[in-house]
Amino acid sequence: MESWFSAEFLARAQFAFTVSFHIIFPAFSIGLASFLTVLNALWLYTRNATYLDLFEYWKKIFAVTFGMGVVSGLVMSYQFGTNWASFSDKAGPVVGPLLAYEVMSAFFLEAGFLGIMLFGRERVGEKLHMLATAIVAIGTLISAFWILAVNSWMQTPAGFTVAEDGRFLPADWWAIIFNPSFPYRLVHMVLAAFLTTAFVVGAVSALHLLRDNLDKAARRGFSMAMWMAALVTPVQIFAGDLHGLNTLEHQPVKVAAMEGHFQREGDNQPIYVFGIPDREEERLKYAVGIPYLGSLILTHTWDGQIKGLKEFPKDEWPPLGVVFWSFRIMLVIGFLMLGLGLWSLWARWRGTLYEDRLLHRAALVMGPSGFIAILAGWFTTEVGRQPWLVYGLLRTSDGLSPVDAPAVAASLTGFVIVYFFVFGAGIYYLLRMMNTPVAEARRLPPEHEAEPTPVLSPQFDPDFLPPEGGGKGRR
Amino acid sequence: MELDLAFIWAAIIGLAVLLYVILDGFDLGVGILFPLGKNDRERDVMMNSVAPVWDGNETWLILGGGGLFAVFPLAYGVILSALYVPIIVMLLALIFRGVAFEYRWRTVRWKKVWDAAFFGGSLVAAICQGIALGALVQGIPVENRAYAGGWFDWLTPFSLLTGVAVATGYALLGAAVLIYKTEGALQERMRALAFRLGIATLAFMALVSVITPLLQPVYFQRWFSLPGSLWTMVVPVFMLVLTWLFFTGLRDRRELQPFLAALGFFAAGFMGIGISFYPYMVPPALTIWDAAAPEETLRFALVGTVVLLPLILAYTGYAYWVFRGKVREGEGYH
Ligand code: HDD
Ligand code: HEM
Ligand code: HEM
Repeated sequence: MESWFSAEFLARAQFAFTVSFHIIFPAFSIGLASFLTVLNALWLYTRNATYLDLFEYWKKIFAVTFGMGVVSGLVMSYQFGTNWASFSDKAGPVVGPLLAYEVMSAFFLEAGFLGIMLFGRERVGEKLHMLATAIVAIGTLISAFWILAVNSWMQTPAGFTVAEDGRFLPADWWAIIFNPSFPYRLVHMVLAAFLTTAFVVGAVSALHLLRDNLDKAARRGFSMAMWMAALVTPVQIFAGDLHGLNTLEHQPVKVAAMEGHFQREGDNQPIYVFGIPDREEERLKYAVGIPYLGSLILTHTWDGQIKGLKEFPKDEWPPLGVVFWSFRIMLVIGFLMLGLGLWSLWARWRGTLYEDRLLHRAALVMGPSGFIAILAGWFTTEVGRQPWLVYGLLRTSDGLSPVDAPAVAASLTGFVIVYFFVFGAGIYYLLRMMNTPVAEARRLPPEHEAEPTPVLSPQFDPDFLPPEGGGKGRR
Repeated sequence: MELDLAFIWAAIIGLAVLLYVILDGFDLGVGILFPLGKNDRERDVMMNSVAPVWDGNETWLILGGGGLFAVFPLAYGVILSALYVPIIVMLLALIFRGVAFEYRWRTVRWKKVWDAAFFGGSLVAAICQGIALGALVQGIPVENRAYAGGWFDWLTPFSLLTGVAVATGYALLGAAVLIYKTEGALQERMRALAFRLGIATLAFMALVSVITPLLQPVYFQRWFSLPGSLWTMVVPVFMLVLTWLFFTGLRDRRELQPFLAALGFFAAGFMGIGISFYPYMVPPALTIWDAAAPEETLRFALVGTVVLLPLILAYTGYAYWVFRGKVREGEGYH
């Protein structure tokens, strides 16, 4: 293994750290922007004031989230050059224009209409304001389109030739953008963003229902969120399954690592629910598996076989533990989400959607689950791509900038400190805003939002609610 | 006639960088002047005068980076490796500046902290941008398609000078935009300040212009031999007109004219740098054509840009128009 203080390791750690923070915010704002568009439209259509209240409430949360997304994204767009200069030189001709199109077709759109969406309802009138809101939402989706095209190209490169000096030369833009894994990744990621947002909205609404289950805005928010959970989770699992089959076709060694398969296992390929992959001994220790299921899921037949790790050169194996475990975290969360969605359907059918306190508590606990699933999914994808930067063609170690390890170490330290401080504060403000009920947030001036009762603190228990119902305004 | 795509792209990237500098320049300038707000109300007004547009302004920086990555990937890699430290510090500073727009309204106890973050982030980002400019002007060594220097080569008296110069210039833009956006006592103070900052900015520009031709022989040739020297004449004449417009605008208590003239200073300075650099992208090592991506990339990227860029300018203009006029106390959605 390479040294921990190599420029390569540090640059990878820096990229992983900064992009992991970044993705948290866009994932939430992709979902929220669409949610806000729906709320605004419902308000204009039904003139039911609850929708307007919800819109104004989530709009402020959106503004803070979006701000954090922008500043963390700016860092990302410069990091290819600061830390991955050689990659930029070689792959820039292919992926660069896609990023440039992201800036021109998405970021400007979002930024241009964000001001109107946040500050402009009175200035431009309701119709144009509605349009601005929708444009911001569309902008976030266009952004996902391009950035995932870039990422997918790095996973499953297509539509290019390689020059003598190792540079990638574009040959067919359609093939570059719509490369083999792109449609799957795009669908899976956008659904993930919607689900993540639904679970946050669901948790916040559940919190307020636990305090006062007659709260109109909380009821409406909870119902909307639970519809999303119930309807979109199954689609997401289906999309994930297809995504996995696509990966099996193009990156079989990654799938072998995800599944913990070291060798072909006859015609009853098991699915391992537990195990510790051991690179040296080349086997899955303490494996607990369910026979046949692996064949069924990966080949959709009872006796299909997939290649094991041992059939690939060992220097092309990705790190095994991270891939194996992060994949499982995602799956478990996916099925927990499904469970909550079904439970809410059941409660809705029985007419107890707003009374079932156990359901509300479960929804509250599931609030952050989408973020965890997204990070786990990306770790599976990205770590599973190793040791390649452009799959099968450019090794990660060949993409670096000629920057010394101490410089990278210093900047990594800077990012860690600043991110935890700045985004820590931001997340704290978000939680505090979410802790304030919709009706109260409308009455209070903004800086007087409720005192911080940590939303998910273990001692939280509806029976021990603070007398005023938790949302203690300071006046 | 065969279109010279690399040249067209150099012009587009140049435009993006110039737009960034003047647009985010005035936001950052407002941030630099932020402590001069006498009380919370004045500071609210100062921040709200740029709050609806800052994100759009910063997007030009992303286009500068993203565009460079797309069409001059070699220059992108080389410049960012060479300027590693100032770029990273700038990014960190912009984080503080950017989040302050939202955070400051979300807390009472920590309001001071985010006020300080807004000021400090703006100032440090401005200085880093100036340093980056100076370091680029002074030249970057390249070998085998990669940066071939150390990680502190950018640090010289000249780059520090340009750092301070750019920060001063941004402060001037900030004061000028506040003359346009505010009224009363704050506006009066900004007018007085703009006068002094105008003089300081012009002095810095003169100093940098005198030193620049001495840094690299190519610049000297460009400025003092035909046909370059024809251009050399244009810039100073342009500057003289702008200077006149700036000071008479202040004297006659015009509200927009000083701001536009100050933007002009930056445009003229930018032209000067462009003249010095041409045909280099990374002096003295890479010309525009050395650094350019393959023809196919340039063409593909241009097709959409021709459509999108005018659209962007149109709706950005619309957004500015929506938020035109004075910012009054208590405005904003917060
Ligand atoms: C709310 C988030 C979420 C949820 C509930 C799931 N996923 Fe996922 N998954 C993602 C969010 C995500 C992601 C963050 O969006 C990833 C990372 C990269 C990508 O394309 O999507 C991802 C990647 C990813 C990959 C890796 C593809 C590759 O590396 O090329 C597979 C095979 C799956 N997912 C499969 C599933 C299955 C079978 C799920 C059902 C339980 C599931 N995911 C639930
Ligand atoms: C936003 C969600 C993403 C997350 C959480 C994520 C996570 C990661 C992680 C964990 C690594 C380190 C892998 C390792 O070194 O073992 C990594 C590396 C990397 N990823 Fe991603 N990634 C994301 C999106 C993207 C996108 C959209 C791109 C391309 C546009 C990208 C490009 C890269 C590059 C260039 C590296 C560095 C080289 C490497 O170590 O592979 N990532 N990412
Ligand atoms: C290495 C990869 C990435 C880079 C270089 C990058 C770059 C950026 C930049 C520069 C911004 C700021 C835009 C602005 O000023 O409005 C941004 C924001 C954003 N990014 Fe990323 N990004 C990356 C990964 C991702 C991924 C994986 C997604 C989602 C699939 C994503 C979606 C967004 C969205 C929707 C925004 C808008 C701001 C927000 O919603 O918070 N980005 N990104």
